[in-house]
Amino acid sequence: MPATHERTANRPLTTRPKRRSTGPAAREPHRPRHTRRADGRGPWPYLLIAPAVLGMLYLLVYPLARTVLISFQDFGLRELILGDPKFVGFDNYRTLLSDPRFWEVVGRTFFFMAVNVVLIMTLSTLVALMIERLGRFGRTAVLSALVLTWAMPVIAATTVFQWLFHSEFGIVNWALKELGFSSFDRYPWFAHGPAAFTILVVLVVWQSVPFAAITLYSALTTVPTELYESARLDGASGPRIFRSITFPVVRPIFMLVLSLEVIWTFKAFVQIWVTTNGGPGDATTILPVYAVQMALSSQRYDLGSAASLVTVLLMSGVLVLYFRQMFRQEDEAS
Amino acid sequence: MTTTRPRIRRLPLNAAAVITVVVCLFPVYWMATTAFKPGRDIQSDNPALLPRTWTLDHFRAAVDADGFGLFWRNSILVTLTAVLLSLLVALGAAFAVARMRWRGRRQFMLMVFIAQMAPWESLIIPVYIISRDTHMLDRLPTLTLVYFMMTLPFTIVVLRGFIGTIPPELEESAQVDGCTRLGAFRHVAFPLLAPGLMATSLFGYITAWNEFTYANFLIIKQQDNRTLPVWLSSFQNVFGTDWGATMAASTLFAVPALVVFLLLQRHVTSGFAAGAVKG
Repeated sequence: MPATHERTANRPLTTRPKRRSTGPAAREPHRPRHTRRADGRGPWPYLLIAPAVLGMLYLLVYPLARTVLISFQDFGLRELILGDPKFVGFDNYRTLLSDPRFWEVVGRTFFFMAVNVVLIMTLSTLVALMIERLGRFGRTAVLSALVLTWAMPVIAATTVFQWLFHSEFGIVNWALKELGFSSFDRYPWFAHGPAAFTILVVLVVWQSVPFAAITLYSALTTVPTELYESARLDGASGPRIFRSITFPVVRPIFMLVLSLEVIWTFKAFVQIWVTTNGGPGDATTILPVYAVQMALSSQRYDLGSAASLVTVLLMSGVLVLYFRQMFRQEDEAS
Repeated sequence: MTTTRPRIRRLPLNAAAVITVVVCLFPVYWMATTAFKPGRDIQSDNPALLPRTWTLDHFRAAVDADGFGLFWRNSILVTLTAVLLSLLVALGAAFAVARMRWRGRRQFMLMVFIAQMAPWESLIIPVYIISRDTHMLDRLPTLTLVYFMMTLPFTIVVLRGFIGTIPPELEESAQVDGCTRLGAFRHVAFPLLAPGLMATSLFGYITAWNEFTYANFLIIKQQDNRTLPVWLSSFQNVFGTDWGATMAASTLFAVPALVVFLLLQRHVTSGFAAGAVKG
């Protein structure tokens, strides 16, 4: 059973298939010369990738280019219907960057990201270490529970959390009341900024920990047991073993998961949009929410596009980090 | 090593394991039990952890709700088409990358990796405007295309890995025996690829089934073309404060995803166990 989870866990990261020494790159030198030469000729490879390339061009590159274009235009409801938008240079960016509300949103985005990522990484590391120390039964139970949580659809989970934190009949308020916190009697979680923010963090962490924990656990299983044994013989303490042996081995995977979680912060758009729409006030508005509010609610497609591009730029920093880590893994494989 | 430790020292560890399991499962459990509880037990000041009486009323209310069947059909249609399309396209591309040598292969894979990380949350506005300009708003094919693109890069990456693990010698010997290149691939490599295709479709299926953002913003006027996630997110308009029906609807929505996840996972395992793909 655990082996199963490892497989699925690794798939999204795609590190495993390539780390095998039997990967395509590793085998090619042994292949007979004539087949390789036959492969290199002709239009076949290009015909085979053509649909994928066309798809990426039309559905990713073109929309991105369009965002850039719109962010330099005066593009409101009128232009959406009649077309013919005017070019306005950096006006939209000037408007955006001089808007204190925008900077608040940027700050909140980073805060949201930091809280989420720190919680996710700490909890999932602890869970992974725990799974490793459990017996077979406990390990299967915990892994199964994690997989079930992981498989839970975002919208379903979001709906359930709204019910758990319901002001009148929610189980959370009931439990808090029973524990003696009578101030939580009918506490309207989604009407208070910090409370709504907290719920969203709990929801995102609850949904993200399974993937991170399972992936980190399968990385932990690659640590050679002899290393632990010799370290223990040398009298190293638990934290010391973690710092000097466990962590260096799982570090690459840890960094991959970390950067993925940072990038995936923006996916919390769904949970935020469904539960609070960015409210109450602006308390849960992060960058993608802000961009969509600007565009589809205030009909300022130009400002929305500019905000989207700022988001993409912020993300690409982390993305570069992620790719560096991933290609390092790839190179190790070949 | 751990077995030699005294039992008492394992107590915190086991307690932590129990807490993890409870925290993971409680929301799922609470969703299911609320769906089966009668209305008066749901709206009570003392919620019972175990339902005292069971009822299917809420499921009936959810299924009878306006458009449930229609949205179910839409979701299935969009999901399956997108996954099949991306499997087909990815199979060709993955084969080209894993088995052929050509100029631009590395660049193509880099593009795929970048596409895998595409900031979809930040592309809503242009996709909305483009769909509007091309009269594709409110139509299911638009959603299908977007989901196809969301799942395609990952599908290529995983299939490339799987094709890479199948020794090309197998196909070569089939070709020596008189098979065409395509025939060799179909009869030799394809059966070995089945687990890979299964695993990949699992991921694509879950992604497309759960997708909310694009379904929400690309289908606005034609309410008949909505998908289940959007319908569920607007439960307050559908069920008002009927939390039992809402939870029943959530359960009905979550079950296919959970089942597919667990089902396909076993398929993949048996594939690995058969030694088709070495781990």
